[in-house]
Formats: sequence, structure tokens, C-alpha cells
Amino acid sequence: MFSEQNYREILNIINDSERVLFKESINEEYSHDELGGTFSTPDLVVKVTSADEVSAVAEYAYSRDIPITARGSGTGLVGACVPVSAGIVIDMSMMNHILELDTDNLTVTVEPGVLLMELSKYVEENGLFYPPDPGEKTATIGGNISTNAGGMRAVKYGVTRDYVRALDVVLADGRHVSFGGKIVKNSSGYALKDLMIGSEGTLGIIVKATLKLLPLPKKTISLLIPFPDISTAINTVPEIIKAKCIPTAIEFMQKEVIEDAESYLGSKFPDSSSDAYLLLKFDGSSTEEIENYYDNTAQICLAAGASDIYISDTEERDETIWKARGAFLEAIKNSTTDMDEVDVVVPRSRVSEMVEFSHRLQQEVGARIKSFGHAGDGNLHIYVLKDDLDGEKWEITLKNAMDKMYAKAKELEGEVSGEHGIGFAKKEYLSRSLDPVSIELMKGIKQAFDPKNLLNPGKIF
Amino acid sequence: MRITVCIKQVPDTNKVEVDPVTGVLKRSGVDSKMNPYDLYAVETAMRLKEQSGGSVCVITMGPPQAEAVIKEAYSLGADTGVLLTDRAFAGADVLATSRAISAGIKKSGDFDLIICGKQSTDGDTAQVGPEISEWLNIPSVTNVKSITSFDETSITVERETPSSVETLRLEFPCLISVDKDIYIPRLPSYLRKKATADREILRLGINDLEDSDEKHYGLNGSPTQVQRIFPPESNSTREIWTGDGQQLSEKIIGKLKELKFVREVK
Repeated sequence: MFSEQNYREILNIINDSERVLFKESINEEYSHDELGGTFSTPDLVVKVTSADEVSAVAEYAYSRDIPITARGSGTGLVGACVPVSAGIVIDMSMMNHILELDTDNLTVTVEPGVLLMELSKYVEENGLFYPPDPGEKTATIGGNISTNAGGMRAVKYGVTRDYVRALDVVLADGRHVSFGGKIVKNSSGYALKDLMIGSEGTLGIIVKATLKLLPLPKKTISLLIPFPDISTAINTVPEIIKAKCIPTAIEFMQKEVIEDAESYLGSKFPDSSSDAYLLLKFDGSSTEEIENYYDNTAQICLAAGASDIYISDTEERDETIWKARGAFLEAIKNSTTDMDEVDVVVPRSRVSEMVEFSHRLQQEVGARIKSFGHAGDGNLHIYVLKDDLDGEKWEITLKNAMDKMYAKAKELEGEVSGEHGIGFAKKEYLSRSLDPVSIELMKGIKQAFDPKNLLNPGKIF
Repeated sequence: MRITVCIKQVPDTNKVEVDPVTGVLKRSGVDSKMNPYDLYAVETAMRLKEQSGGSVCVITMGPPQAEAVIKEAYSLGADTGVLLTDRAFAGADVLATSRAISAGIKKSGDFDLIICGKQSTDGDTAQVGPEISEWLNIPSVTNVKSITSFDETSITVERETPSSVETLRLEFPCLISVDKDIYIPRLPSYLRKKATADREILRLGINDLEDSDEKHYGLNGSPTQVQRIFPPESNSTREIWTGDGQQLSEKIIGKLKELKFVREVK
């Protein structure tokens, strides 16, 4: 049991009562994340400002068997930052400094609490580019690394993992270690840095990250492509990929989700002529270069049934489209009383099967189901909406819908999570999806890093 | 309705850079685009044409490469385009610019309505529209925020001022300059772009105009003396919403969430 004495001893370590929150001074938000399906209040919250503080608190907690859960902005969707075994929540959001921009090695070194939007703004002002682009821009980079967040540019540029060069980590017992470096290649033993990425705070606490950057593309052009229906739209994606002209993003969107975004944002989308759209983005060094590049793609889309192709080549035009795209999650949330999500990833050639399945499922389970997502990388975000279903009915309906969707994803050779992680909410589905040998190996790794099971216990498996 | 829209090519950047020696806006080395405010003017024209029939002509003044904005207007649905291009037009202030454009409009045929954007993002004066109407001796209304109605001989518009909204009816021919957000501008169409790639543009030089006196155009015809140019301080933004209490409270909550000022607690 966490005691008053534990509180005083940790307060002694930190020596700042404003940053050590106990009992009634703990804000309610520390008990859940953005989707709120998982609830648990921590015994203590420590708002750390340095790696040394993280080390000292971890060392103390280790000696007294107190669980520790790291938390960034709390924008997760699967309860990964919720302290399900109570104990200490380490709030990383004050460790939000950009430490170094290395223009020789094209890296930026940051503390984990730097927000994604701060990071991209900073590097872009310096003519550089951090490609991972998850929709939630107020997430911390530490959280992004912990879930191996993906985002919209994954089609061309890959995911967070592809841009992490080095990590400083505090282990369960408080030791501070460095994994990786500013080096481009590395064949020196097991890739411990890569084990940390996507480990959702169960193996160590990230206290510093060095990220790889690219030169900032000079120009981007987006194409908004109206299709008669969603299957025609999504079935065109493999053709686009096959043509070897890779956009940075391929998103699909449907009229009803666009309308939710319009009413949520109070601003209009530039086209409303169709039921389904693909949104493609290309980058390059000049307008002419990009125009030549996408011409073939445009022809493919027209041949597949697109009624036209709308060109967004300026910031103002991009704003009207991408602002709506960025607001989809919040807009859907706003249109109902409660919801839960599925973040499955399936092979690109199977995306339309998955989307059509989720549409048919609405009738079968008796709930509205909405989706949007990254058609280019097979990662779908499908939401089951509660609307006016009462408590128990909702639980049953949701479970039924979830069971069926995860079973379908497995049948299509997909995985449980493309980018949001497993956390607490999706554990059951991971254990059904992966073979037991993989889970055993994961447990062995957890044991090696955290023998007392104190780091974010009760998560992933 | 025969509509003429005045458009302008501006630098595709948010940062206005001024040459410290000459005091002239730096334009080289930066991509160009259609003045964002003109997109609303083109959109207004296209909506009116869709309802009333007729034609949309766009007109611009600039170096030969300014034809890019006319081509862009074609891909938005404009029917014809006029490019005023001549060394004699270079260095024009608002007076000389409005004089040349009004002469170009006269030369390019009859019209019922001229539509301008509120202002340009590089010059920011908002004066060229009203001055064109003076040269043509027709009525004009600025800051039009919506089109209420139109008929064969007139158009009725709402104009926003800081303290009130005025409803005004103008007889054709007339000029309006439209505010941002009057409509959401459509995006250029790939199909139209391909279909209009070879469509002609009427190019007019000083000798094509009724008044071809060089002293009236370009730097020679510009009485303005620029003392100093500096970027304006950022403007505050304001939104006005209408609706019943329920709708408004939902909008306020939506906005606060969008700005991340509040977060949903369950």
C-alpha cells in the first residue's frame, strides 16, 4: 500500500510540492486517457523535470515495489498511460525542451515531453523535416515513440521507429542507459533501442530521444479525388501503389464523416459532390516536378471511376481539406455519446474488404460504425458509436462488434494495432491474435528489463 | 450575367519581405499563386454563373508569366481571360493599376458585374476595386459578405461594416469586392485543367488600349511615393455565430475542444 510516508519521502527527493501531487491534489485527468474506457487513479503523480529525477523516483519505487506508469499528454486511445495497478504516475510533460539540432548529422535531440506540433514547427523553421505525422499533434514525442505511432505520411516515409536514432532510458531500478546513437548503421548486438519503441512504457522510461530528420520538401500538392462509392475508391489504392509513384499519404474519407467534421469545425469542405473520396499528397522540389509525377496516378484514378481530381496546391487550399481530415476523430466523438475504436492494420490489398465488413456489421450488431483511415498503409480507424444504447446493451453490442472485427482482421492476415498500441484495452485481442510463442518471448523480454513487474504493469499481455 | 473577375498573382509565402534598399516587395525566388482573396471572387462568379447562366471573364495585369493565374482560373471554370502585359505597366501604384485594368475591361467587351477580392495579400491596400469603378463610372460596394438575390438588371448584396450589416441593391453595370468566406472556394479541376490547356488568353499591351499615353500607366502614372513598407501587426480574428442556445453552446464547446482549451471528462 502506498502510504503518507512514501509521499513525504518522494517529496523529499523532488523538493517541490507543486510537482508532487497526492490524494485530492491529483487531477481527475490522470485516471484516464483520451478515449476513457480505462479508469484508475494513481496514488501519486510526480511532474518530473529531469532524467535524474526520473532515476531517483524509479530507484525509490523499485526499493519499495511501487508500480510506475509514465504519462505524456494523455492523448492515447487504449489506456496505456492509465495506472491500472495505481502507484506512481510520472508526468513527462514538463520535460519538453529541444536540446540540440545537429545539422551535420541531420538529427534533433529532444526531451520526451516535447509535443509533436512543437517538434515539427521547430525543425521546419530550420528547413528540415520530421516525417512521422500522427493526427494527434498535441501528443508528446515520448508517447509517439512508446506506441511506435504512424500517421499519414507512413506510405512513403514509414513510421516513428524509422526515425529514432538513439534513446536515453531509465530502467525499472533507476539506472540510466543509452541505446543507439547518431550513427546511421548499427550491427552491434541486439537492437535494444528498437525494443523500447512501441513498448508502451513497460520496459523503461524514455528520458531523451535523438531523431533522424530529412531535408524539408520544398513543395507539396494534395489531390482530392471523388469516387462514386467507397469500395471503388479503396480498390483503386493497390493500382496507385502498383504504378510505383508513391504519394506521401493516401487517406480515404466518406461523406458522412466529412459532414461530421463540417459541423464540428463550423466550416465547409471544398467539395460535396461525392459519397467517397481518396486524398493523396505528393511532395517534391517544385510544382512542375510534382505535376509530372502525379499525372499517371491521376489517369489511374479516372480510369477506375473517379469523376474528377481536385488539386490543392496552396496552404489555404490544404487547410480546408487537411483541417477537416485532422478533426475526424474529434468530430465522430462529438456526434455520439460514447465510442470505442479499432485500429487494425491489414494488407493494403484487403482494406476494402475490411471497410465493407464494418459497414455490414452495423446492421448485424445494431450500432452505427464509422471509419476513416490510411488506405495507403492498410491502417484503419473504425469507431463503434454508443448513441442512445443503454449501459449493459452497449457493453454487449460493443464486445460483439469488437470480437467480429478483430476476427475479420485476423482472417485478412492483419494485426490488432497499426499505431495506437495495445495498452490495457486491447490486451485480450492481442493474445488471441498472436501465437503463444510470440507472447512467451515478449514476457521473457519484460522479465529481463523489469523483473519485479513495476513498469506500467498490466499492459500489452 | 456577364461577369468579369479581377485577379492577381502574388508570392506564395506568408512572409512579406521588403528589399531594404528599394523599399519594393521581394518577389523573385518565391513561387507564385493566385491572391487568396481572389479565390472568393472567382467562386462568387462561378456560383452566379451556375444560377443565372452567362459567362465569366478573368483579367489580370503582370509580367508574361502571370498567365499562370488565368490558366488556374480556367481550371476553376472561367470562360475567357485577359492579360495586361507591357513594360509600360510596370511599377504601377493603385491609381495606375486601376486605370490600366479598367481600360483592359473596356477593351475586352461588355459586362454586367465586376467582382474583385477584398484586397491582395502582397499590397494589402483594398483600393484597386473601388478605383476601377471610378474609372468606369459605375457604382461599387466593398466588403460584400453575401449575395442576397439578383435579377436581369440588378444585384442585392450584404455588406459588413464593423458596426452593422447593410443590404444594398446595385443596378448593372456595377462592381463588388467580396469578403473572405463568402463561399468556400472550389479546388482547381484536373479535367478542366487538361481541357483548357490550350485555351487562348487575350494579351493586351499599352497600344491596344483606347488611351495609350505612357504617362498614364506604370511608374510614370503613379503619384504614390512610398516612404516605408513594413508588415502589418497580426490582426485579431473574430467569428460571429448564430443559432439557438443549444446550437451555440455546442459550437462553443466544439471550438474550445478544437483549441484544446478543454478536454472531455467522462
